[in-house]
Amino acid sequence: MPDPSYYLWMRHFLASFALAVTPVFAVAQGAPLRVVATVDTLPNGLTLVIHEDHSVPIVTANVWFHVGSGDEKPGRTGFAHLFEHLMFMGSQNALYPQFDRLLEAAGANNNGSTTEDRTNYYEDGPSTALPLMLWLEADRMGWLLPPMDKPKVDLQRDVVQNERRQSYENQPYGLVNDYLPRLLYPAGHPYSWPVIGSMADLSAATLEDVKAFFRRYYAPNNATFVVAGDVKPDDVRALVRKYFSDIPRGPAIDRPAPAPFSVKDTAIVLEDRVQLPRLYLSWHTVRGWHADDAALEMAAYVLAGSRTSRLTQALVYTGEMATNVSAYQDGKRLDGDFSVVTTARPGRDLDTLRTVIDAELARLASAGPTTRELGEARNAIEASFLRGIQQVAGKADRLNAYYYQTGNPDSFQADLDRYNAVTAADVQRVVRQYLRTSRVMASVVPQGKLELAARKAVTP
Amino acid sequence: MLAPVAALAQQIDRPQAPVLEKPPALKLPVIDRGSLPNGVTLQLVQQHELPLVQVTLVIAGGVKLDAAQPGLASFTTRMLTEGAGTRDANALQGELAFLGAQLFAMAGTDAFTVSLNVPKRSLADALDLLADVVLHPTFRSADVRRQRDLRLASILQRRDNANILAALAFNQIVFPEGHPYHRPADGDSATTAALDSTSVRRFYDQTFVPERAKFVVVGDVTAPEMRTLLSRRFSGWTRGATARTMAAVTAKPVDNASVKIFLVDKPGAAQSVLYLGAPGAERLSPDYPALMVMNTLLGGSFSSRLNANLRETKGYTYGISSRFTWAPLPGPFVISSGVRTGVTDSALVEIFKELALLRDVAVDATELERAKAYVALGVPQRLETNAQVAAQLVDLGAYGLPLTSLGDFVAKAGQVTAADVQRVARQRVPAGTATLVVVGDVAKIRAGIEALNLGTITVLDARHIAR
Repeated sequence: MPDPSYYLWMRHFLASFALAVTPVFAVAQGAPLRVVATVDTLPNGLTLVIHEDHSVPIVTANVWFHVGSGDEKPGRTGFAHLFEHLMFMGSQNALYPQFDRLLEAAGANNNGSTTEDRTNYYEDGPSTALPLMLWLEADRMGWLLPPMDKPKVDLQRDVVQNERRQSYENQPYGLVNDYLPRLLYPAGHPYSWPVIGSMADLSAATLEDVKAFFRRYYAPNNATFVVAGDVKPDDVRALVRKYFSDIPRGPAIDRPAPAPFSVKDTAIVLEDRVQLPRLYLSWHTVRGWHADDAALEMAAYVLAGSRTSRLTQALVYTGEMATNVSAYQDGKRLDGDFSVVTTARPGRDLDTLRTVIDAELARLASAGPTTRELGEARNAIEASFLRGIQQVAGKADRLNAYYYQTGNPDSFQADLDRYNAVTAADVQRVVRQYLRTSRVMASVVPQGKLELAARKAVTP
Repeated sequence: MLAPVAALAQQIDRPQAPVLEKPPALKLPVIDRGSLPNGVTLQLVQQHELPLVQVTLVIAGGVKLDAAQPGLASFTTRMLTEGAGTRDANALQGELAFLGAQLFAMAGTDAFTVSLNVPKRSLADALDLLADVVLHPTFRSADVRRQRDLRLASILQRRDNANILAALAFNQIVFPEGHPYHRPADGDSATTAALDSTSVRRFYDQTFVPERAKFVVVGDVTAPEMRTLLSRRFSGWTRGATARTMAAVTAKPVDNASVKIFLVDKPGAAQSVLYLGAPGAERLSPDYPALMVMNTLLGGSFSSRLNANLRETKGYTYGISSRFTWAPLPGPFVISSGVRTGVTDSALVEIFKELALLRDVAVDATELERAKAYVALGVPQRLETNAQVAAQLVDLGAYGLPLTSLGDFVAKAGQVTAADVQRVARQRVPAGTATLVVVGDVAKIRAGIEALNLGTITVLDARHIAR
């Protein structure tokens, strides 16, 4: 599901994200959706996934390291993302700034991004640039530390702090993102701080932290590599073997599951330099691929996924009290949450909007969605998910995601099947079970307009 | 499991980057052409890998036609999907979702586009909806009022966003009153408040006319098939009212004699948003490849000079970039960035230093070749999906250029010299004549900017810029 509040922390902003038109594709009816991929493992533990697509002479190399902000130590929030930036600061044989320069000279683009659960890096370009992409990725996977020094850490710390300023502090409503994780998850939970981290923790990060983090997490056995595009699989295997075989295996990583918890009903009010107040409601739900994850995504669609969805109608069109509303289930690797976000129209207060949301949740909990709503949700979820894999770059990242989540990169049909299996009763049940319970409520209001905040703090 | 090959590992000459094979030559799709009985033309590219079709209707016109009431063009286009034929907006969107189709209507600066993306099996049904949207929009008063109120709220919210404020202010200054780019494409609160069903209907009647229309189709369909499907639905579309035309644009963008600085106050801002630029260039200029190469090395790529300096050396910003806005009526050349409040003046010093360097010193061969390769080899990546191919055809068509001009562009980019780069930089990259807009905490940044003695300083009111 598209998640409008989701900001991907990445190395640099891509203007090309602003594509006007995103087309859909659909599979032939009845035929399972397949993205055929091979899986190989090197003796050092590196997993290699290859997908052939010869439609355009381009290739994408996409590596996932299974480490994210959830692996950070106390006092070092934001470190996984800061580290992502340092991966571009040069390695033993491709000293800074060769990484970008060599790729651009070969007509290729590159970037990286960090979430709570993983860090990815990718290069897209002409198919003939693949050896360079692999050589560069291998060099930094194996030999990042020799040229690493304090000035490089200091510089990217500045860049990341600027990224935080740009995306939180100088963005309308941006500061709420500092509060929601710690109100929703208990202290110590891997998701109880934002991926970008705090300014103080970013300032505290040291060169020693960088070295220790690299040795622990940036090893071939903690990485998966997807190559997709106009390639011959045997050529790819030979190149990967050539460049990656002598990178030593790292330590095994043990991630204890976070302890179960329940959210305490919480209401906060923040003042910001904004014209219109905005309400955020968040509940603790389930991790991605949990038995209830797909039903929660369907609930989000029925509530706010389309023009005809319930909250969109009640708040924006029939009620004419909000400018927009969105809802999403964010099932991460270990845990998940569900949010509804809505902005009031001029002259409206957030408690009015909150009342309507609670009434619509109560209605969905008592009667469930109609067959028509469910059918539309299914089609739309299928379409939105297929839109993401029209290009080899999108397919490669999905293959890596599925491998991490399920152990099988070609889980496209299995993922779709989860949504197709959801019944009206499932949606009704998950709304009742997860969204009619304690929650975090944040009101962001224009400065001095505290009276516009939502008032009711407790579970309805 | 891959077999361990110890010997191989030792054979690697790891310190050396691999030598790459010559990149594959650009392969362009083949275009079939035809026309409907009423003269509307059709360009079609067959792509049979996936059972999908992209249909884009292009109608010359767009935002430049609403000079008398800014925002009318984009609002009218928005209203097309708020009810058409026998369906209201909910029924229309529900039907599209059922068909797995997406339908967008947009007003560009020089054309309206209505795009449909649909699985092949739903093509005929979805074309019925496309035809309704284009030929039979309802423009009911209640729907117009509701969308108008939503637009007024979003106009109000422009004041929250420093990037939007900077862009609005920049265009208001560089393009004088009377120039189509002077005002926001979505209008302001006064022109929006005046929108009603009558004005929308009249504008639609005068602008959505068949003599300015063409279809661009890419996907799992043949030209004869498509011609039949479109003829059945669009043949009755004939000339009605006299088409609205735009008076020739006499207002010229402002070329400063010296640097002019405009400050917009955003108290407490963590960053200053900088917009620095000047009138841009003609897309059909023979210098287009040189301008693209020049921009790539100045601020159009990650390792460009501006980004390497202000982000990667100084740590002032998360990113800085530059771009030309290409359009039949040329848009501006702009450098933009968000920089930490405390280094606003230092950032400006570095930007002007880079501009002078680019104009004064010829670029070295390595940097030039890198920029040329990046520009030329990126072309195939713009032709991966049906929508991308259609977008290229629409874009090139706006200038009367054939698809093969992409190949010419690749060849010409390869011939750009250091002297060309320096020449076009001197012509198009402003140093002493720039317009600079800074949105930030004026109390904290003003003295620093004044001390640079770059040019005159004027303070603008955000409520006036986003009004």
